[in-house]
Amino acid sequence: MNMPVPQPWVRICTVEDIPRLGSRVVERSSGNIAVFRSATDTVFALLDHCPHKGGPLSQGIVHGESVTCPLHSWHIDLGTGEARAPDVGCARRFPVKVENGDVFLSLD
Amino acid sequence: MKKSRLVVVGNGMAGVRTLEELLILAPEHYEITVFGAEPHPNYNRILLSPVLAGEQAFEDIILNPLDWYEEHGIRLHLGKTVTRIDRVRREVVAADGTVEPYDRLLLATGSTPFILPVPGKELSGVISYRDIYDTEAMIEAAKVKRHAVVIGGGLLGLEAANGLKLRGMEVTVVHLGDWLLERQLDQTAGKLLQQSLEERGLNFLLGYQTAEIVGNELGDACAIRFKNGESIPADLVVMAVGIRPNTALAESAGLYCNRGIVVSDALQTYDPRIYAVGECVSHRGVAYGLVAPLFEQAKVCANHLAHFGIGQYKGSVLSTKLKVTGIDLFSAGDFMGGDGTEEIVLSDPAGGVYKKLVIKDEKLVGACLYGDTADGAWYFKLLREGRKVNDLRDHLMFGESAIGDVGVQGQSRAAAMQDSDEVCGCNGVCKGTIVKAIKEKGLFTVDDVKKHTKAASSCGSCTGLVEQVLMNTLGSSFQESPKTKAVCGCTDRSHADARKAIREHKLLSHAAVYDFLEWRTPNGCATCRPAINYYLLSTWPHEAVDDPQSRFVNERVHANIQKDGTFSVIPQMKGGVTNASELRRIADVADKYQVPMVKVTGGQRIDLLGVKKEDLVDVWRDLGMNSGHAYGKSIRTVKTCVGSEFCRFGTQNSTQMGIDLETMLANMWSPHKVKLAVSGCPRNCAEAGIKDVGVIAVDSGWELYVGGNGGIKTEVAQFFAKVKTAEEVKEYSGAFLQLYREEAYYLDRTVHYIGRVGLDYVKAKVVEDAANRKALYERLLYSLEGLPDPWAARIAGAQKHEYIPLKVIA
Repeated sequence: MNMPVPQPWVRICTVEDIPRLGSRVVERSSGNIAVFRSATDTVFALLDHCPHKGGPLSQGIVHGESVTCPLHSWHIDLGTGEARAPDVGCARRFPVKVENGDVFLSLD
Repeated sequence: MKKSRLVVVGNGMAGVRTLEELLILAPEHYEITVFGAEPHPNYNRILLSPVLAGEQAFEDIILNPLDWYEEHGIRLHLGKTVTRIDRVRREVVAADGTVEPYDRLLLATGSTPFILPVPGKELSGVISYRDIYDTEAMIEAAKVKRHAVVIGGGLLGLEAANGLKLRGMEVTVVHLGDWLLERQLDQTAGKLLQQSLEERGLNFLLGYQTAEIVGNELGDACAIRFKNGESIPADLVVMAVGIRPNTALAESAGLYCNRGIVVSDALQTYDPRIYAVGECVSHRGVAYGLVAPLFEQAKVCANHLAHFGIGQYKGSVLSTKLKVTGIDLFSAGDFMGGDGTEEIVLSDPAGGVYKKLVIKDEKLVGACLYGDTADGAWYFKLLREGRKVNDLRDHLMFGESAIGDVGVQGQSRAAAMQDSDEVCGCNGVCKGTIVKAIKEKGLFTVDDVKKHTKAASSCGSCTGLVEQVLMNTLGSSFQESPKTKAVCGCTDRSHADARKAIREHKLLSHAAVYDFLEWRTPNGCATCRPAINYYLLSTWPHEAVDDPQSRFVNERVHANIQKDGTFSVIPQMKGGVTNASELRRIADVADKYQVPMVKVTGGQRIDLLGVKKEDLVDVWRDLGMNSGHAYGKSIRTVKTCVGSEFCRFGTQNSTQMGIDLETMLANMWSPHKVKLAVSGCPRNCAEAGIKDVGVIAVDSGWELYVGGNGGIKTEVAQFFAKVKTAEEVKEYSGAFLQLYREEAYYLDRTVHYIGRVGLDYVKAKVVEDAANRKALYERLLYSLEGLPDPWAARIAGAQKHEYIPLKVIA
């Protein structure tokens, strides 16, 4: 019996490697991924590309569970990737998990 | 946990606005029930006049459609009048027997029109002008009746008269006063208004007092008789003589009322569970009938209902506009003048323009404009700010554009603009787009417009113009941005509050500030964090610790982010002086890292544009030069001319002076960027007249100028002091900059800071008080002492994670 192969989890770094209320970048030929850490150590991963004009979200200021794009201050929710109203747009999300302080990312 | 129950009596603009504010602050706090006596959802009462005039339909003026109530889980009882409040059992009872219990009750019962107690007031055809029902009755009457008489020459009366005239009736306005709008206009302006309305075919009877409305045998009104014995035909009579706060319900419940339900600065009635907002309240003895104050009340009331408990309503300054298309009038404050006031008047009756400004104690206290109201918003702003206007006095009458205060070319005149004209040059937003958003989305403030249209959200130079567009579109429902603005949406505290708390309570960390000032968000936002970070560092140098995550990317990585995500690198070049070795290294770096563009900057330096983030540290290492801080809210550069060393006109060594200043100020963070220049003679080749601190050499010493700005809005620096020695130049300019660093609000340039506190104040602190000057200067030197060059620190390994990716995946 063939089961669908789940996307493998790739270990990226430890939680401590990402600054609190900051982010780090995973470089990838098909578009960089920004990995964020909130004040409460929740980790999020989004395509490092603002839905507005493609600004690098990883360079923005992280607050609560959202990030403000450094180029034109769009406000992106880290959990959903959605821009805050009245702006409309969505940055792609990537599954991410933390186990024993290690951060894993699922890519396709 | 069971939610508290909030019941709102009154489904009008004040009550619903309070709910909107509350839902932003505490969306989950209450189970909300609203009673509305009218069978409609909340609509914009202000726009009834355009509906009457046939310029808008009722559907256009609905603010909150029924979906809105549903979406927010609000139970809505339409067409039910609350008749009783049982304060002991804490429940309200409606006429149809509906009972709703409450934990908090909000009364927003509005007002009722005052009906003159004259015989015939109950005849058919006699109506007031208050709601959509009255408006529709007038529209119907206009189809079959001929003679309309409007009693009352106030705002509402004139708007009603204008609407009825446009609908084809013969209209006479009866007014007891000597001129129209005597609560909004002085006599001259009132007469001009009357003249222009007469040209539109309205008739006026001033100084007439109604004695009786005469009816026919069917009980319909047919004429009005006056106290002087005259009478005129009238088959429609509109009473617009004023409003009375609707306090019957509150009074029957035993709440203290005195020409309105009496409330505290928290909008709380004498029963602490009961709040009241809008036209039904009396606050500090005043009942307001315009919309802007209601919105301010709503904000404060919501704050208390949400249990934040820090808002205070202190009353409102009012401004008025008449919504009659084609007639521009504006008034605000004490426009009549009186003892101890001065007046500046411009009167051009033939041209239909009249302007009066009332000044008291060097401050603008009132304005009355007719015919040309483009500057109304600006005067209103000056009035609310209570700013001294003696420096503007010569130009005050000619408006904001005359002092070049609205933009690069002094463009203004929102009213005269076409819909296709651009208002916001940064984001390409036209007037039409803004007007459409204001009307369709029900926007009331500049902040709303910024959010929805992006106008004025980048450089901000068009904020005044956007304000004017808002004002022209909204008329008297225009809500001016509050004078003391909150830092951001995370708090109601102002920049002044934050600075004071940090200083007086020695707060040393972000967490301490957010905790002490009760921020609503756990760790601020992209607007407040950089500001608080700066306040901490500037107030407690060497004690507060810099938080890189609270800095904008440019200041975090010490380079300037470009639109493609690359960075620009500008090394320090003190006084604009370089040498062959530095230039060679710059050239080598440009080759080695394939820098796409090398450009000479306006600040006499060299910019390497398009450097990749991961190359930054290597580029700095290879350059072997210090950071030019061209990316920060910090010292930027000191521009110089060649001075007495080479120039035949030079009177002092301006180049060396510039180098010394730049050395002294290296690594200085500030509320906004700081630029200096030193010129060797009054020809001023270094353009010192548009710098935060400009130094001009003269034969006998140095002249210092402050508050110049060559940016968004060109500002000429003002003369500050004349000194003799180079050491004094450093001390005076250092002390001035330290005062600015300690007192200005984040993102205020020196010109804005001086505008707020006044040049006299700054001179008193720096020029006239030698001891204080020395103390300031020493504090500056202390806070700069030992600060490392940020590039050197990073070459040595600081903040390494910023510049390398976590992992590279194929």
